[in-house]
This record gives sequence, structure tokens and C-alpha cells, in this order.
Amino acid sequence: MPVPMPDINLIALLPEILILLVAMGVLLLTAWSRETTQPLLGLVAMAGVALAGGILLIQTGMTTTTFGGLFVLDPFASAMKLLMLVATLLPLLMSWDYLARHRLDIGEYFVLTLFALLGGMLMASSGDFITLYLGLELMSLSIYVLAAFNRDDPKSNEAGLKYFVLGSMASGLLLYGISLIYGGAGGTGFAAVAQAMGEGGGHAPGIGLRLGVVLVLAGMAFKIAAAPFHMWAPDVYQGAPTSVTAFMAAMPKIAGFAAIYRVLLEPFGPMQSQWGPILQFLAVASLAVGALAAIAQTNIKRMLAYSSIGHVGYALIGLASGTELGFRSVLIYLAIYIFMNLGTFALILVVNNAGVGDEINDYRGLAKKRPLLAFLMAIFMFAMAGIPPLAGFIGKFYVFMAAVKAGMIGLAVTGVLFSAVGAYYYLRVVQRMYFEEAETAFRMEVGLLSRLVIAVSTLAVLYWGLLPGGLIDWAEASIRPLL
Amino acid sequence: MSKNLLIVLLPLAGSLITGLLGRRLGNRLSQLVTIAGVGLAMLISIQVFLAVAVGEAPVIHEPVFSWIVSGDFQVAFALLIDRLTAVMLIVVTGVSTMVHIYSVGYMAEDPDQPRFFSYLSLFTFAMLVLVTGDNFLQLFFGWEGVGLASYLLIGFWFKKESACNAAIKAFLVNRVGDFGFALGIFAIFMVFGTLDYQQVFHMAATGQFPPTVDFLFWGPVDTITLICLLLFVGAMGKSAQLGLHTWLPDAMEGPTPVSALIHAATMVTAGVFMVCRASPLFELSETALAVVTIVGALTAFFAATVGLVQNDIKRVIAYSTCSQLGYMFFAAGVSAYAAAMFHLMTHAFFKALLFLGAGAVINAMHHEQDMRRMGGLKAKIPITYALMMIGTLALTGFPFLAGFYSKDAILESAFAAHTATGTFAWTLGILAAVMTTFYSFRLVFMTFHGRPADRHAWDHAHEAPWSIRAPLLVLALGAVFAGWIGMPLVGEGWFGPGVFVAAGHDALAHSHHVSAWVKWLPFGMFLIGLGLAWYLYIKNPNLPPAMAEVWAGTYRFLANAWYFDRLYDTLFVGPAKAIGRGLWKTGDETIIDGYGVNGLAATCVRLARRMGRAQTGYVYHYAFAMLVGVLVLATWYG
Repeated sequence: MPVPMPDINLIALLPEILILLVAMGVLLLTAWSRETTQPLLGLVAMAGVALAGGILLIQTGMTTTTFGGLFVLDPFASAMKLLMLVATLLPLLMSWDYLARHRLDIGEYFVLTLFALLGGMLMASSGDFITLYLGLELMSLSIYVLAAFNRDDPKSNEAGLKYFVLGSMASGLLLYGISLIYGGAGGTGFAAVAQAMGEGGGHAPGIGLRLGVVLVLAGMAFKIAAAPFHMWAPDVYQGAPTSVTAFMAAMPKIAGFAAIYRVLLEPFGPMQSQWGPILQFLAVASLAVGALAAIAQTNIKRMLAYSSIGHVGYALIGLASGTELGFRSVLIYLAIYIFMNLGTFALILVVNNAGVGDEINDYRGLAKKRPLLAFLMAIFMFAMAGIPPLAGFIGKFYVFMAAVKAGMIGLAVTGVLFSAVGAYYYLRVVQRMYFEEAETAFRMEVGLLSRLVIAVSTLAVLYWGLLPGGLIDWAEASIRPLL
Repeated sequence: MSKNLLIVLLPLAGSLITGLLGRRLGNRLSQLVTIAGVGLAMLISIQVFLAVAVGEAPVIHEPVFSWIVSGDFQVAFALLIDRLTAVMLIVVTGVSTMVHIYSVGYMAEDPDQPRFFSYLSLFTFAMLVLVTGDNFLQLFFGWEGVGLASYLLIGFWFKKESACNAAIKAFLVNRVGDFGFALGIFAIFMVFGTLDYQQVFHMAATGQFPPTVDFLFWGPVDTITLICLLLFVGAMGKSAQLGLHTWLPDAMEGPTPVSALIHAATMVTAGVFMVCRASPLFELSETALAVVTIVGALTAFFAATVGLVQNDIKRVIAYSTCSQLGYMFFAAGVSAYAAAMFHLMTHAFFKALLFLGAGAVINAMHHEQDMRRMGGLKAKIPITYALMMIGTLALTGFPFLAGFYSKDAILESAFAAHTATGTFAWTLGILAAVMTTFYSFRLVFMTFHGRPADRHAWDHAHEAPWSIRAPLLVLALGAVFAGWIGMPLVGEGWFGPGVFVAAGHDALAHSHHVSAWVKWLPFGMFLIGLGLAWYLYIKNPNLPPAMAEVWAGTYRFLANAWYFDRLYDTLFVGPAKAIGRGLWKTGDETIIDGYGVNGLAATCVRLARRMGRAQTGYVYHYAFAMLVGVLVLATWYG
């Protein structure tokens, strides 16, 4: 009896395979290398990420499915994976000094980072709820551990544990949702689900499918920290080592959005009238929480946690519009967000080298002592507040434009109002830096790698602010095959 | 670029260079640059004057660039030099050059000289734009430009509170006038559809306009009367006519060269120039002319009465300026535009001379301006005395000096008009002439004659340096000869198309044929005024204080300038402040800030705190929030 050959195309998985091999290689090397040489493993990890990036660039434009539709490679997946690689590489580069100082620069740190990345990449390429779930769990479990990586710091432990407990619950919700969908559609493949969803012939599908949609979205909303599934974020951001926070604020968000895109456009495609309002609700709630709660914060990492909740709110506006322009605007928003956010974290890590920098008040008088650093920080703050001509403005502009074109004027107006509220706490950092006297001498070295990350982020924020054309074309090319 | 354009551009260049690079250039170079700018502009002006006014060269009319092109609304920036403008060019550039040179000595100890010279040249530029425009908008541009320069220069010593207040007052009072002026220009555009002088005047002359228009709450009003009265409101502000005159005496807070240039010779005469320029409109409205005559005559009389009792040397001259501007206006009001322009020109010379002379006195007395503390300076600063005497004689109409010709031309025209308003103006003008002589010689006697009131200051009084005396000498020449040289101005039709006089408005022509007593009456008034001044301030110097006590009420009334300032304070300033305070406290702080800005911000902060409290740190709270979220989503959207 002939065994049917599964269609396996390993070429499509080449970047994932590479990351996997590097991760396992680093794990082995960790076991046998001396403590002093372990930091060098970071270089291996970074080289692997960079190489995977190169392969991805070659793969750009390829469209194929493999493993019986479990794995999808298309321009959208490539684009999202590229963003994830950047969001992994830059935090590793800029936390080099930080890791060394906190003695976190051991092999496991890099291994976990790479596994998280691998999970995220799988999410972006998933063609089936099972793949999606596997990727999500791989990513989440790695990050739970990373959040608790500073074993000697109780706050870090608390962060890891909280994240794990709540994350497990979110996974539970997601799984429950998937099982309901399986019950209604008879399969977990995206194509099969989409068919079942569309079968109503104008009527709403059964209650099981509808509840499934809600639960799946709730589980995903947890991963991107959208309100009201956001409450873990401030505690975890604050407690985790800053290098992990920087990573956590960037890579998993991209992965989460990649998964949401996939789910919304493929299996849930016919259900737009249902998920549209859900996303609107999540968007408005996230905007409100992001803008308002941040005002009362004194810890800069906590403030940035709320800030990222707010940014998720803006991105969700674009998704909620459900139009081609909306999907494109979210991609633009995410690309810009990564650089604004990582630039800010890079500067925080630099200031951390002076032994301060977790509290907003630590930045008092930075402009007098280190004018260039303060100026760059001001650029990122203005960019996050969405002030032209910086890239943050372009991101918000396209999102709002998408909402207005889709007739969601109220949503756009809400977004603009909350962005005005949000400007307050970004500008507060600028105020502290420029209009108050310094209490610290800010004597710290700015490492070469940090300089590199800051320079790249600044250039991206400035360049895309003035000439967003290339970014817009890239987003359009990435999103079109999905629609 | 024609050389004529340089007249306007050179002062601008001087102003920009010293204004932007002043600190790097230093004092000496700043002076040189600006003096060179206005000096060259003066030389070109003289050449143009010789061609256009003395010779028979045609009117110069050169477009410079299209300023505004917006549909039907098209305004050019152009250069129009007819005889009317040519006279103004000589006056403006001539006096400005003298004042620039004078300021080198007068401002020698000031730390901000580049700024001062920059402002002076900026003023000169704006004034030249004003007089060379070929349309009402360019006129308005220059009009506002001189207003700005005047504001900057009055408040030049901005550390002095009184100077700042005076500058703001000048600006605000002028705003009132300029509001009317701007409305007048709007009305012209509305009625004629253009702002170009030639087109407007042509259409007005040929009757191409609706006879009446609606204005605010008044029903239909006569079109031309409305336009002229609105324009005249602007002139009243700029030329300090009764009602809008209150800023001029206070403007004396500025440096004395500024008073001479802006507040005596040029800017304040812009209103007179404008009325003459717009004579084709004014001639069409008897009402407007009557208003101009009456306001002018009242101002001439009012300011002269106030000048009688002032003790600040600059204030006396300031009220005198106000009064003389009144003369010019009532001359224009009786259609004797040429006489008004003639007096404008002669007045520029002798009034600048008087102001600069007063500056020399102030300089000699170490910044003392109160005449009661002067006296006997004749012996210490004889040259200044002689020059001031020339200026005084020219102002008071001593035969064959400048004022004699021009003031007589005005008074005779008013008499010859044979209208009720003309006779009214003539009567007040004759009375004002007595007072003019009286207060002018009072000034001279109190300052230069008698015994020194302040021995110490008198001992240290000294003649001014040559940079101050030289311009005085030049202006003195003008004060002596300007009337004699300028006589042709009042000849028949000398101004050509620049000034239009309607048929029947021939007061000026008749003025040459009035009876002898009318011609010699002003001189009689001069003798009376001189005699009175001599009697009170030389013969019986104790009498004036005694008189002030006996007629205390009258004295206070005059000394407070008829209480105009107090009236305005009660009528306008007080209520405006009250309204402003109300809007600020109730409207802004309580309503807008309280409920709006700060209220919203406070609400945000309250919400932020509440959200912060929800962030308890307990995992089960967080999990509960998630489940509530799922429940909400499932029930609403499931």
C-alpha cells in the first residue's frame, strides 16, 4: 500500500530551520563552554538572526504552502518575519552592555530569545490553528522565562510568574475558541474554517463559531496587550530586565499582529461584521487605557508599557476598518513603532549604564549633561506623540485616514483626542530633560552597538517621517496577496 | 531698476543692514551706512524735484512689481512722483538726513545706536513708500509702516515705563484712526472695485459710482462723504487732530530726534498729504470738507490754548505741532490744498529746527526738560539761542520768514472762502496765531532769558557738538528761505493733476486779492502775542504764577489739556479694562480654563488615578478583568 508522500518543502522553512539550528547549537555550546566565553555565544545568535534575515530577503516574493497547508510562505509572512528579525536583532545589539553588567549574558538568554523568535515566525506563517497555537506557545513560554531571567531579582521572578499564569489563561481561552471552531467547522485549517464560516449564505454561522471568534480574538488580544487583556503588561514590563522589556515590547507584538492578520483575513474573513466591532471595542479601550493610565506613572518602563498599549489601540483602529487601506496602515504603523520603541529603549539602556534611568525623574537635566542623548530622546518622544515631521505622525495619519475612509469618523476622532492626551506624558519626559536641573552626573559610556541601534532608529524615524513613500509601497506589496 | 526706486530702497537697505548686523558693524559704521542711505536718497530726491517740480518733466509713474493678484483684486507696487510727491520727498529725505546726522551727536552715549539708526531708516523707508504709492493699499502699507516705526522709536528707551506706555498709547490711538482708514479703503474698493488712484479718481470725477451706500446701522449715506469721512478718521489719528490727538504729547517720551522727524516734520503730516492726495474725492463732498475744516480749526485753537501753560519744553512744541497741523487741515478743508502743502513744507523745516534746538537745549542742560528750571541760557549757548530764535520767528509768522508766507496763505484762503466754516476757521486761526506767538516766545524767554533758575546746571551748560549744530544750521536756512522759495506752490495750478479743486472752490485764488487788513492782521496778532509774552515773562516774571492761582480752574483745565485723557480713561480705558478683566477672570479662567482646559486635564488625572488603583498587582484581579472582557465581548458581539 503506497504511503502518500506528504508535501514537504523545506526550502520554504529555511529561515526557521536556520534559527532552530542556531538555537540548538548555542544551547549545546552553552553546556560545554566556560562561563567567560559564554557572552560570545550572543554573537553566534546574532549572526544566525542576520543570516536568516538574508534568506528572508531572498525568499521575498515567494508564495507557497507546505506540510499540507500547515505552513504558508507568502510576501506578508516574509515581511512580518523580517520585522521580527529586526525586532530581535536590535534589542540584542543594544543590550550587550546591559547584559554584561547584570551578568545575564549567558547562553540560555540567547537560546530563549531565538526560540521566541522561532515561535513568532511560525505564527506569521501559520495556515492552520494548530500551527498558530504551537508558534504562540513556543514564543510565550520562552518569553515567560526571559521575563524571570534575573533570578536574583524578586521583581523579575514576579513578572515571569504573573506573565506565565495569565498567559496560560489566555492560551486556555484561545484553545477553547479553537476547539469551538473545530466543532463548528470540522477542521482547524484556515481554508476549511473560512469555508464553514461563509456557508451561512447570508445568515450568521452557529453560536459555536461566533463564540470561537470571540475567544480566539481574546487570546490574541492578550498577546498584543490590548485592553482589557492588558493588565499584565505594566507589571511585567517593569519587573523584567530592561533588555527583555525592549524585546517584549517589539517582537511578540509583531508576531501577535501577524497572527491576527492571518486569522482575520483567512478563516474569519467572512465574519467581518462580527470582528469589526470587537476590534473597535478593543481599540477604544486600549486607547483610553494607554493614554490615561500612563499619566499617573513615574516609572519609565511602566509608562512605556501603557504607551505600547496605546500604540496597539491605534493599530487596531486600522484593522477595525477592515479595508485594504486599513490593513496597509497597520503594517506601516508597526514598522514605525518598532523603531520608535527600540530607539527609546536603547536610550534607556544607555542611561541605565549610569546606574539610573528606570524612573522618569532620573532624566532630569539630561539635556545639560548629555545634550545629544537628550535631543535624541526628545526626537523619539515627539515621534511617539505623533508630531510631524517625525515618522510617528505618518503612522497615525494613515491609520486615521483609513478609519475616516471607512466611515468610522467617531473612531478616528477618538484616536486623535487620545493622542492629544497621550502627548502629555511623552512631553513630560522632554520637560524633565530640558527644564529641570540634573541630580546625576550621567557619566556613562555609550557603547558602539548602542550607538548603532540609536543611529538606525533615529534615521528610520526621521527618514520615514519625511519620505514615507518607500515604506508605503513596501506595506502595499506585502499586504496585497492576502486580500 | 531705475534710480528713482533707489530713493525708497536705500533707506530700507540701510535699515536692514544696521538692524541685522548692527552689533557687528559697531556704532560708527551703523551711522555711516544709514546716513549714506538717506543722504543718497536725498540727493536723488533733489534731482527728481528739480526735474519734476522746478522743471517741466512729466510725472514719473513706474510699476515696480505686482503686489497682489487675486482675481479682480489687483494691486501693484509702484512709484508715482508728481509735484505733490516731489515736495514730500524733499521734506522727508531732507529732514531725515538732518535728523540722522544730528542723532550722531545726540545719541552719542546711547548703547543701542545701531538699533536707533535702523529704526530711523526704517521709518524713512515707510514714509517714502507712503508718499510714492500709486494706490491706496501702498499708501496704507506705508501708513502702517510709519506707525510701527513711530511705536518702536517712542518706546526706544524701553526700560523707561513711561516710554513704553507712551508707545502703546500712540499705537492704540492710531489703531482707532486706522480702523476708520481701513474701512475707508474697503469702501473705496467696494464702490470702485479698484484701489488705483488714477482709476478711482477718474471714476469719481465721471460719476461712475452709486450715489448712496448702506453703512452699518445708518441707512443709505452719501457714498463719497462716507469714504472721505472714514479716510479722514485715519488722518485724524495719524495727524493728531482733536479727539485722536492724545498720543502726540506723550510721544515726546521718545528721543528728541524722533520727535523732530516723526512727530513734527513727516509722519504727522501724512494725514494732510493723504487728504491732498485724495482731493478728487474730498472735493466732491461739501460735508466732508466742512468736517475737515471744523476739526482742523478746533485743533489749531485747542492745541494752542494748551500750549500756553505747558512747562515741558518738548510738550510746548508738541502742542504747537498739533495746532499747526490743524491749520493745514482747515486749509485743505477750504480747498486750499496748495496752501496746506506749502505750510506742511515750511513747517517741516522750522518745526524740526525747533525740536532739534530744544534737543540741543536739553543736551546742554543734562536732560532737563522743565523750562522752569532753565533761564538765562542765552549767554551760555548763543548759537543754539540764535537758531531757536530763527525757528520761533519762522513759526510765529515774522515777516519774510517761512511761516509768514505759508500761514498767511492759509488764513487768507480761509477768509476768502466766504463760507460759514471758512470764516469760523479764520477766526479760530487768528486767535490761535496770537497764542502761537505767545507760547513760542514764552518758551524762548523762559529758556534763554531772565536769570538762571538752576545755577549749577547753568554753570555746566555747554554748546552742542558740531554734528548737532550743523543740521540745525541747514534747517535754519530752510526756516528762513523756504517760504520765499516755496511761494510758487500756491500759484495757480502748480500741483497739476496731483491736486484737484472743484469749480467754485477757489478760496486760494481769491486769497491773493483780500483786503490789506486781512493780510496784515496776522502780523498784528504776532505783535500782540510777542508783547504779552514779553510783559509776562521778561517784565513781570512773577505775574504768571499769580495768574495761575487766580484763575486756577482755567489753568488746570488748560494744563490738563481740556481733560481729554481723563475723559478717555473714564469712557474707554476703564470699561475696557473691566470687560477685559471680566473676560479674563470669568470667561477665561473660570469657564474655559476651569471647565475646559484644566477641567479636562483634571478629569484625565482622576481617571488615571482610578486606573492606577485597578492595577492592584494581584493576578486574580487581572484574570478577573480578562474574564469580564471576554464576557462583554461574548455577550455583545458573540
